[in-house]
Amino acid sequence: MTAASSLTAPGAPAARPGRRFGFAWIGVVPFVLFAAGFLVLPTAYLLTGSLQDTHGQVTLQNYARLSEPNLASAYAASIEISLVTAVGGGIFGFLLAYAVIAGGLPRFLRNALMTFCGVASNFAGVPLALAFTFTLGASGLLTPLIKSLGITLNIYSKTALELAYMYFQFPLMVLIIAPAIDGLRRDWREAAENMGATSFQYWRYVAFPILLPSLLGTTILLFGNAFGAQATAYELSGGTINIVTIAITRQIRGDVVNDPGVGYALAMGMVVIMAVSIGAYSLLQRRAERWRR
Amino acid sequence: MAFLELSGIQKRFGETSAVIDFNLAAERGEFVSFLGPSGCGKTTTLRMIAGFEQPTAGTVAVDGKDITRRAPNQRNVGMVFQSYALFPNMTVAGNVGFGLRVRKQPKDRVAKRVTELLELIHLPDKADRYPYQLSGGQQQRVALARALAIEPQVLLLDEPLSALDAKIRVILRNEIRAIQRSLGITTVYVTHDQEEALSLSDRIVVMSEGRIEQIGSPFEVYNFPATSFVASFVGTLNVMTARVAGAAEGRLVMDGQPIRAARPVTIAPDGANVTIAFRPEMLSMGEAGANRLRGTVQDVTFLGSIVRIRVHLASGATVVSVDTFNDPNLTVPEAGAEVTISFPPEAVLVLEAPPAATAEDLIAEA
Ligand SMILES: Nc1ncnc2c1ncn2[C@@H]1O[C@H](COP(=O)(O)OP(=O)(O)O)[C@@H](O)[C@H]1O
Ligand SMILES: [Mg+2]
Repeated sequence: MTAASSLTAPGAPAARPGRRFGFAWIGVVPFVLFAAGFLVLPTAYLLTGSLQDTHGQVTLQNYARLSEPNLASAYAASIEISLVTAVGGGIFGFLLAYAVIAGGLPRFLRNALMTFCGVASNFAGVPLALAFTFTLGASGLLTPLIKSLGITLNIYSKTALELAYMYFQFPLMVLIIAPAIDGLRRDWREAAENMGATSFQYWRYVAFPILLPSLLGTTILLFGNAFGAQATAYELSGGTINIVTIAITRQIRGDVVNDPGVGYALAMGMVVIMAVSIGAYSLLQRRAERWRR
Repeated sequence: MAFLELSGIQKRFGETSAVIDFNLAAERGEFVSFLGPSGCGKTTTLRMIAGFEQPTAGTVAVDGKDITRRAPNQRNVGMVFQSYALFPNMTVAGNVGFGLRVRKQPKDRVAKRVTELLELIHLPDKADRYPYQLSGGQQQRVALARALAIEPQVLLLDEPLSALDAKIRVILRNEIRAIQRSLGITTVYVTHDQEEALSLSDRIVVMSEGRIEQIGSPFEVYNFPATSFVASFVGTLNVMTARVAGAAEGRLVMDGQPIRAARPVTIAPDGANVTIAFRPEMLSMGEAGANRLRGTVQDVTFLGSIVRIRVHLASGATVVSVDTFNDPNLTVPEAGAEVTISFPPEAVLVLEAPPAATAEDLIAEA
């Protein structure tokens, strides 16, 4: 309504009520196309695929098989890895971003760091796996050093994968949370101090609650980012680690086991987990953001 | 001993001197304004009282105690920020009670005090609103209540009304003053609005470029400005150069026309140039006063209750503003009309000697 009325030149006859919404729907078209093309159609495709057996007969068997120990543990591992790297990357990324912003780093260093984070947050897949192997693999550059410290790192393990994921989770967090930290006004801290609050009290009652919605949002984003990652894990472990994305690859493209229907069911499971986490996020955020418009 | 005492305060930011040799002694319960143009160091001085900036030199004392080195949260000084700085994640009650909660006061005492303060600022029914749900004026009141909640020894306000529209500004400034009087709290009020400073203050500190130009009551600052800066910043529009013709009798020559000051000129000898000032409302059209100047009307402006007439003096180099009360029977001269303006010797304020008389000045007067 405001858009329509602000388009009316002063002195022009008032638009008739019927015409008010005339072309407003055009603005929504790109969104509808986008949602259909990138969300609804693929999901529908997955859904129909997951409800068919190898002969094209309708079945629920694919979903029943998700409870097999091998597939169930793939979900468990994916969820664990995603949680650990989202929370870990979230905490360390937040601390780094805060140190950079509040620490009064010179402008050019800060820009350089942000640019680096932009690049590093996309550092995944084959290059990351190779770099990781060269650094910490069996004959990696740093392997003798950490061995001498009495640490052994199995590059095919979950821990190694989590460590590798941190290479993009951490910079992604820095990148996304920085604007939110920038939004904390100096006045708020000073007003709190002025009323006698300690630094801890300022964080506890003012800064943290204000940042909470952004922290929740970015952590969910990191969770999804890790959950959907495939290439890094595939390259690093040679396809041996049992997480959902690799299990899907195996079912759809594998030589040993090959059942696309199960692959689609696995993917539908991912869709559900993502939907649940986004739903939980909106709920939490709405509670955390009561004070926003 | 004064209640709030700033002695020899200096503040440098790298090369810039933001505050230079600032001395002020405010009595308990006094309302002091810092008045000056943007960038003259008002906020910096206020922030040094609150503890957000450390003075490069000098001391801040409250009630006889030197607090210069105390952290902001160890001072008992309440501040109202220009931007209000209300916490967006807390309700009005949450904001107002914040200082008491961080001081670990019992819940029921906090609640009681919040209720009292909301009564004081006339917003008793807004306790559960969030800041974004309030108008600017309401937010300002909440910021005031929040600063007062901790019963500070000194209240600081940094241009608290600058973001509000004119009508609300006047209402709120009177409310602030009434609350300040009823609590008897020592207050420093920063503003660049001379009308605000004049109408509110017990005393005004007029500042320019980090220095104090004058400290005095509104009456003194307005009627007896100490410098030409004060004269021009606090209301006077007519600041001009004159030559001393007879220092002992207060005789001067301005724009080639002789005028008399009420008092002898003590700051400069005969023949020297001085800066003089007179207020538009002290001048009148016609021949009523002892001093008369001839000139031509340049333009006439209606300002509501007064009418401002600007007159070119005979030589054309100097323009003088004359204010008269608006009145339906007034005959307003037309632009271009030849007029005589007059004023009593008391209207003439002889200020400091100008930096150096330029050749043009001397030629213009000759
Ligand atoms: N943190 C700072 N760093 C450098 N210069 C500053 C800082 N704060 C204020 N200044 C400078 O000090 C001077 C006085 O500023 P301020 O006290 O804010 O003036 P006002 O409040 O009277 O407008 C200005 O020249 C300003 O640029
Ligand atoms: Mg200021």
